[in-house]
Amino acid sequence: MMARHLAQRVGQALLVLAATFTLAFLLLQALPGDAVLIKFLELGLTPDQLAEIRLAYGADAPLWRQYLHTAGGFLTGNFGTSIRAGVPVAQLLAENLPATLLLAALAFAAASLLALLLAGLATLGGQSWLRGLVRSVPSLFVAVPVFWLGIMLIQLFSFQLGWISIISPEPWEELALPVATIAVPISAPLAQVLIRNIDAVLAEPFVAVARAKGASHAWVLRWHVARNALLPTLTMAGVLFGELLGGAVVTEAVFGLNGLGGLTQQAVANQDVAVLQAIVVVSAAAFVLINLAVDLLYPVLDPRLARGRRAA
Amino acid sequence: MTAPLLEVEDLAIRYDDRRVVQDVAFRIAPGEVLALVGESGSGKTTTAMAVLGLLPPNGRIERGAVRLAGTDIAGWPERRLAALRGARMSLVPQDPVTSLNPVRTVGAQVAEVLRIHGERDERRIRARVIELLERVGLEPAALRASQYPHELSGGMRQRVLIAIAVALRPALIVADEPTSALDVTVQRRILDLLDELRRQDGTAVLLVTHDLGVAADRADRIVVLRDGRIQEAGPVRQVLGAPRSAYARQLLRDAPSLSTHRHRPASAGGDIAVRVHGLVQDFPGRDGVPFRAVDGVGFELRQGTTHALVGESGSGKTTTARCVAGFLRPTAGEVTVCGTDVAALRGEALRQFRRQVQLVYQNPYASLDPRQTVARSVEEPLLNFEPVPAAERRHRVEAMAERVGLPRDLLARQPRALSGGQRQRVAIARALILQPRVLVLDEAVSALDVTVQAQILALLEELQQSLGLSYLFVSHDLAVVRQIADTVTVMRAGRVEEAGPVEPVFHAPRSDYARELIDAIPGRTAPQILESVP
Repeated sequence: MMARHLAQRVGQALLVLAATFTLAFLLLQALPGDAVLIKFLELGLTPDQLAEIRLAYGADAPLWRQYLHTAGGFLTGNFGTSIRAGVPVAQLLAENLPATLLLAALAFAAASLLALLLAGLATLGGQSWLRGLVRSVPSLFVAVPVFWLGIMLIQLFSFQLGWISIISPEPWEELALPVATIAVPISAPLAQVLIRNIDAVLAEPFVAVARAKGASHAWVLRWHVARNALLPTLTMAGVLFGELLGGAVVTEAVFGLNGLGGLTQQAVANQDVAVLQAIVVVSAAAFVLINLAVDLLYPVLDPRLARGRRAA
Repeated sequence: MTAPLLEVEDLAIRYDDRRVVQDVAFRIAPGEVLALVGESGSGKTTTAMAVLGLLPPNGRIERGAVRLAGTDIAGWPERRLAALRGARMSLVPQDPVTSLNPVRTVGAQVAEVLRIHGERDERRIRARVIELLERVGLEPAALRASQYPHELSGGMRQRVLIAIAVALRPALIVADEPTSALDVTVQRRILDLLDELRRQDGTAVLLVTHDLGVAADRADRIVVLRDGRIQEAGPVRQVLGAPRSAYARQLLRDAPSLSTHRHRPASAGGDIAVRVHGLVQDFPGRDGVPFRAVDGVGFELRQGTTHALVGESGSGKTTTARCVAGFLRPTAGEVTVCGTDVAALRGEALRQFRRQVQLVYQNPYASLDPRQTVARSVEEPLLNFEPVPAAERRHRVEAMAERVGLPRDLLARQPRALSGGQRQRVAIARALILQPRVLVLDEAVSALDVTVQAQILALLEELQQSLGLSYLFVSHDLAVVRQIADTVTVMRAGRVEEAGPVEPVFHAPRSDYARELIDAIPGRTAPQILESVP
C-alpha cells in the first residue's frame, strides 16, 4: 500500500517535470528574435553568415526535432550550450547553482526562525498590546517589495551604521543582507499560518483536557500544540519555496551576487534559450522535490494519514 | 452532612463585561454525585470549569469561594491550581472525539498525567498505563496503548479519558456532559463505568448534564441552573418529585425521557406516501471491497403519519433517508414516493421530484447559509421551482414564517442573530414553502435544548395535522421517537431489527437489540422516584 502510494507520488512528480519542460520549451521557442541575432548582429554579419551560424547550432531543424533533441539531452544530463557564453549550460549551472542554493537554504532557515519567533511572541501569554503589535507585523512584511527592502537594508546597515562593509566583505557579510531580504517576506505568510494554527489548536478540547491534567502552558505548547500547528504550516512552506527562487533572482541582482539569479537575468536579456530552459527545469525540479518530500513527510508526522493502519 | 469535599459559595463569574453566573452555591460530600442541570447558556459548564480553574481567557471569577476540602482555591494562581488538576480533581470532557490529541498514542496521553505529576520511572509508568486501560475495560490494553485516537470508537475514547481522569485517584471528578456525544447504549455503559470506578475509589462527581434523565439515574442531588442562577436544588427525589420552581416543572414536562404521558394515538393514516422495499446501498470501501451501509431495508410511511427510523451511529438510518429523498441512487431495491419510483428518476424529473420531498437537518447552525438573510433562505426553493413575482414571493414567505411561529422582524436578519430553535423554524419554513407531501427530518431536534425541542415537536405535530404531511423521522433518541412517531423501524448495522407501531415495540420489544436500546434510555428510574413521593 505504502509502496504504491510512493510510486504514485513519484510518478506525478515526473509528470509535472515533463509538462514543465515542454511548456517552457514551447514558450521559449515562441519568443520573437533569438540569441544568435542578438549576439552576432552587433558584429555586422550578413544574413547568409547568420544562417550558417544557426545551422551550426541546429536552430534550423523542425520544431519537433529540436524538442526531441533537447529532451534527449536533458535525460542524459546534457543541457546544451549557452549561445552567449559559448560554454556548456551544465558548466554555468555548476558555477552558479551552489551559491544560490546556499542563499536559499539560509534564507529559508532564517524565515522559519523568524516565523517561529513571531508566532511564539504572538501566542504566548503576556501583555496583550505586545501580542497585538506582533500580530500586525506579518501583514507589514508581506507588503514590502523585495528590491526596496534590499536597498533599504544596504542603506541602513552599510551606509548609515557601517556594520556591514560593501567593499571586500567577509563571506557572512556578503550573505547577511541578501538572506534577510529574502527571509522577511517569506517569513510573513509562514508566521500568519502558524499563528492562526496555534490559536486554533489552543482552542481544541484536547488542550483543555491537557490543562485539566495539570499541564503548564509551556507543556501544552510543547506536547500538544507544536506538532498539530506545524502540520498545516508544512504545506505552506513547500509552496513558499517557489517564491524563494523568485526572491533570489531579484535579490542577487540588487546585491550584485553571482548565482542563479544573475545567470537568469543575463539569459533573459540575451534570450539565451538553452540556459533559460535549464534554469526553468532545475527550478521546477527543486520545487517538485520539496513538495514531494512534504507529501511523504505528512504520514510520518500525522498518524491519521498513515495508510495501512485501520480503525479498530 | 459530613464535611463537604467541595463547597461553592456565592459564586459570580464574568465573561468580559457580561455576568454569566451569579449567586451560585452548592456542596458536594466525599463520594457524592451532584448533577448541575440546565440548558445551553445556563452557566452549568462555566460553573464546572470555574471549579477546575479552567475558565477561558476572557472569563474570571468575580466573587465567591470555591473551597476544596476546606481551602478556598478561587483566587489561586495558575501554577498552584495546575498542581491540583489531574491529581486532586480531574475532568471527563464532553466530546471524546476532539478531546484526545490526534497525533499522540492513547498510551502516551494516559501516561502524560502521571508524568506531569512527577512520575519519572518509565517502567512504572508503562505498567500503570496498562493497568488503567484494563480498569476502564480497554483490552487488549497493550495494543490499545499503542493505538492512536482515530483508531478507536467514540465510546472507547471516552474510556481512555476516564482512565486519565481516575489515574491519580482524585477526590473530585468534574464530568462535563460526558456522554452527550455518544449513542444511547454506549452512554449507558460509560455512565455505568464511571459509577463503578467512583464507588470503588470513593470519588465525588460533579456531573454537568442537560439531560434530566441522566441526572435522575446517576445523581444523589440536583442543582437546576438557568441564566446563571440556581432555580432549584435538592435531593433527586425532591427536585423531580415535587419541584417548587416553575422552571424545574417546565424542564420536567419537556424532558422526553421522563415524560410518561403524551403518547399520541396511533394514526392509521391514508394512502401509502413512501414505500421502501429491499433497499440496499453500497459505498466504495477500502481495497475495492464495497461497504454495505443498508442491507435489505423495507418499510411503509402512510399519508399523514410519522414513521421513525431509529438506531445508533452506523446503523444506516441516514443513508436510508437520503435514498428516500433522492440524494442517493440505491444499489438495489425500490423506493416509491407518492407513487413515483425514485430510483428511476434522472435529470429534470429528479429535480422536480424534490418538490415532493424536503429535508430538515440536524444542525440548524450549519444548514443555513450564514450570508443569506432568513427571508432569502426561505424563498430560495421558490426561486428554483416557481417563477412567481417578487411581491407574491414575499407574501408567501411572510405567511410561512407566521405559520412556523417565526417573528416577522427576524426575516431580514442573518442566521447568526437567531437562536437554535429559531433557526430550526427557518429550516422547517424553507422545507415547507414548496408545499411538499413528505418531510424527511434527519435528527431535526437532536441538537436542541429540551424546552426548545418540545416546542419544535409541537410545531411539527400541529403542521402535520393541518397540512396532512407525512414525516420520515430519523433519530437516535428513542424517547423523542416515542413522542412523535406512529410507526418505527429499529435499525442496526444496515438491517432491520424490529418494526411496527410504536407502542408495542416500546412496551414489548421482541428483538434483544430493541430491548437493549429501550433499556438504555436514561431516566428509567424516574417513574419509581416519582411514585415514591407521597
